[in-house]
Amino acid sequence: MQFPVTSSPHLQGGNHVQRVMGLVLLALLPGTTALWWYFGWGVVLNIAIADLTAVVSEWLVLRLRGRDPRATVADLSALLTAWLLALALPPLLPWWQTVLGSAFAIIIVKQLFGGLGFNPFNPAMAAYALLLISFPADMTHWLTPAILSGHSVTLPEAWQAIFHGPAALGQTWDAVTGATPLDHMRTELSQNHMISEIRQSLVWGDFGGRGWEWVGNWFLLGGLFLIWHGVISWRIPFGMLTALLFVAGVFWAIDAQTHPFPAFHLFSGGAILGAFFIATDPVTASTTPRGQLIYGAMIGVLVFIIRSWGGYPDAVAFSVLLMNMAAPTIDYYTQPQVFGAKDGNDG
Amino acid sequence: MPDGQQPLWDFHGGLHIDDHKAESAASPIRKIRLPERLQLPLQQHIGRSAEPMVKVGDRVLKGQLIARASDYVSANLHAPSSGTVSQIAELPIAHPSGLPAPCIVIETDGEDRWAEMPEPIADYREADPADLRERLRWAGIVGLGGAVFPTSVKTNTTGRTVDTLIINAAECEPYITCDDRLMREQPGDVIDGALILQHIVAAGRVLIGIEDNKPEAIAALQQEITQHQLDHFQLRVVPTKYPSGGEKQLIYLLTGIEVPSGGLPLDVGILCQNVATAATVADAVLHGRPLVTRIVTLTGRGVATPGNLRVPIGTPVAALVDEAGGYTAEAARLIMGGPMMGFALPDDGLPVTKGSNCFIVGGRDEIPDPQPASACIRCGECVRVCPAQLLPQQLYWYARARDFDKTQDQHLFDCIECGCCAYVCPAHIPLVHYYRFAKTEIWASERERQKSDHARRRHEFREARKRRLEEERKACLRKKKEALDKKGSAGNDPKKAEIAAAMKRVAAKKAAQQKEQERES
Repeated sequence: MQFPVTSSPHLQGGNHVQRVMGLVLLALLPGTTALWWYFGWGVVLNIAIADLTAVVSEWLVLRLRGRDPRATVADLSALLTAWLLALALPPLLPWWQTVLGSAFAIIIVKQLFGGLGFNPFNPAMAAYALLLISFPADMTHWLTPAILSGHSVTLPEAWQAIFHGPAALGQTWDAVTGATPLDHMRTELSQNHMISEIRQSLVWGDFGGRGWEWVGNWFLLGGLFLIWHGVISWRIPFGMLTALLFVAGVFWAIDAQTHPFPAFHLFSGGAILGAFFIATDPVTASTTPRGQLIYGAMIGVLVFIIRSWGGYPDAVAFSVLLMNMAAPTIDYYTQPQVFGAKDGNDG
Repeated sequence: MPDGQQPLWDFHGGLHIDDHKAESAASPIRKIRLPERLQLPLQQHIGRSAEPMVKVGDRVLKGQLIARASDYVSANLHAPSSGTVSQIAELPIAHPSGLPAPCIVIETDGEDRWAEMPEPIADYREADPADLRERLRWAGIVGLGGAVFPTSVKTNTTGRTVDTLIINAAECEPYITCDDRLMREQPGDVIDGALILQHIVAAGRVLIGIEDNKPEAIAALQQEITQHQLDHFQLRVVPTKYPSGGEKQLIYLLTGIEVPSGGLPLDVGILCQNVATAATVADAVLHGRPLVTRIVTLTGRGVATPGNLRVPIGTPVAALVDEAGGYTAEAARLIMGGPMMGFALPDDGLPVTKGSNCFIVGGRDEIPDPQPASACIRCGECVRVCPAQLLPQQLYWYARARDFDKTQDQHLFDCIECGCCAYVCPAHIPLVHYYRFAKTEIWASERERQKSDHARRRHEFREARKRRLEEERKACLRKKKEALDKKGSAGNDPKKAEIAAAMKRVAAKKAAQQKEQERES
């Protein structure tokens, strides 16, 4: 009897790229729901626009590259990239900017570098950076959480604002839009206000921006779910958040009136989302155990530096992109010691 | 566990996978009906191929030496049954390369008549270790765990100290149960073999490492150890985790010692032997029998009654399957060895060799076809499971790019090809395949380099010789010339003196004539 010949091992553990991506999408649900709760339907529309654009873009590029698009689109990676980008965008951003960002992420940052696994930069963050630099006004025009403004953006309102411009909303627009807590803090500090005064504002909750802190908590929950399932390693989020807390804590200890309390850094912007879902993008991050700690920690430090002294209120995107460039070097210098190389026996 | 006071170490990574031992472990070892034809490859071991001692048409008896070790690292081969040599030719064998290799084929006569065998060495404790090693060498014993390295060579520890002999009874690969059955049914042989090996290498203590999924085997060995009051024997039960039976992994599990990267267990005073090898050693020394049969696990959903069989070396796999009630409708794949490190066979006509511990006839969903590979997303799952603590994703990257220097920077040769990385890979990349490719390429270029070095040395030597000869010739000429010159200046050559004198006379004559002419004018 004849049999087919294949290479060992002959067993497969049943893991699949689709499963990995699917779990990450699942883990994003609590945080996404929280965002929707505080910022209304624009969040959902953004995700829909970005995802649709991403899938169409990926399909088109793969056809142009002469590859079968079905398997690649089915791996869910494009959906995930676009989803992450959408979460980082202001909920009522004009639709064409979201389309531009999502298409840029998939076509330029991902596929032109060779597709999944070959892109040196995090596509979602590169697209975010592109939009932030190109449309700084729109990109910093965030909504005020519903618990503050007293108005939750409805689906028709979000549709109007996104597809026909803010003018379509009239008075409501002014009521619901406002600076992000990070932006608020930045502006106030630049006007030489003390932290103790700034903290009087209603914008602040228990440990971060009101509403924002809860979004952060729900993303944290999703992130812990991913660690629990072994999809991501604890090292990058741990490195990033402890480094951010530590540096923020040092400056806070030096002068608590000009440097916000450390928890503010964690729960006011994209730090939690960034730590668990963006910095951990395996393709562009460091992969050695020690390297992941260093990579995460460096992102944390950069986030603090850019937030405190840089030109933009939030810094996760730039920090991640900067460290993407350093990841191969970090990996090279942090190779783990191989089995049998201990006690001075270098293989 | 019997040895609770000793700490156990745990190696990095590894897998907890379904062990599939139950299918074949329950029934006792059966003898197989003698096949009509035995095909014996001359190389079933690591080292040089054996040299045939018989011709086509020769009658051979069971246990008769039919091919002898051709080098120090080589192994004898004996007839597994009596019969006639019908063919000595290159035939397909069970080897990953799929290439044919020289084999001796015996048509058996059904009598299974033994040749005269050497005397048993009952009192091995008084025997010279060198004589015992010679007996193992005669018996053609090689490592039966799959490595097939000649045991007489491995146990030659002259000049080195061995404190610990480790008997590898882990049998960590799924499906395989031949060692388990051996320990349950012949624990005495295993212990005897271990004692003989211990005597040969003069080890102070013996550790037997066994996974905790073999309680019957553990009980049987423990009883044997207690009964014979072997205080220097320790049976150490390790948790079931693949690949705890890897030599370096087991050593670490039992002793906490890491064998240096690129080194041998002997470098840290340890020698490892497989349980089945130990039992065969006992057979050779205490009964004077060569290695002509082995226990083989035949399992998988593709065979009717999985189990363990005692099989003459050279038996075709198909004969084993017949013995087990034939194939089921599910039979779709044939694997020799375990599902993690074994290799697929194209054909069931291939013969059992000394290293064949298991054949799996896999069902379609049991041993599935490989899924199409997609791009590496650098998720690092492979890093988490690698027992050699390598970075499989980096190795893959460099192997794929044919950057073999970088693969060596990444310690390619510490890879034991256990397959854990490929097992967990979400992109289904055949990682081990890439590492084997890189290793083969490096070996090939190494050989190429050695060859060209050799050629270059030969060329340089030839050039140097030519130069030397030329110089010698020149020196010789110079000497002759010098000698001549010396003679000339000394004027002791009569002929030359004559010529010179004649020349002088001619010159004088000419001068006189000239003067005369001048005067006349």
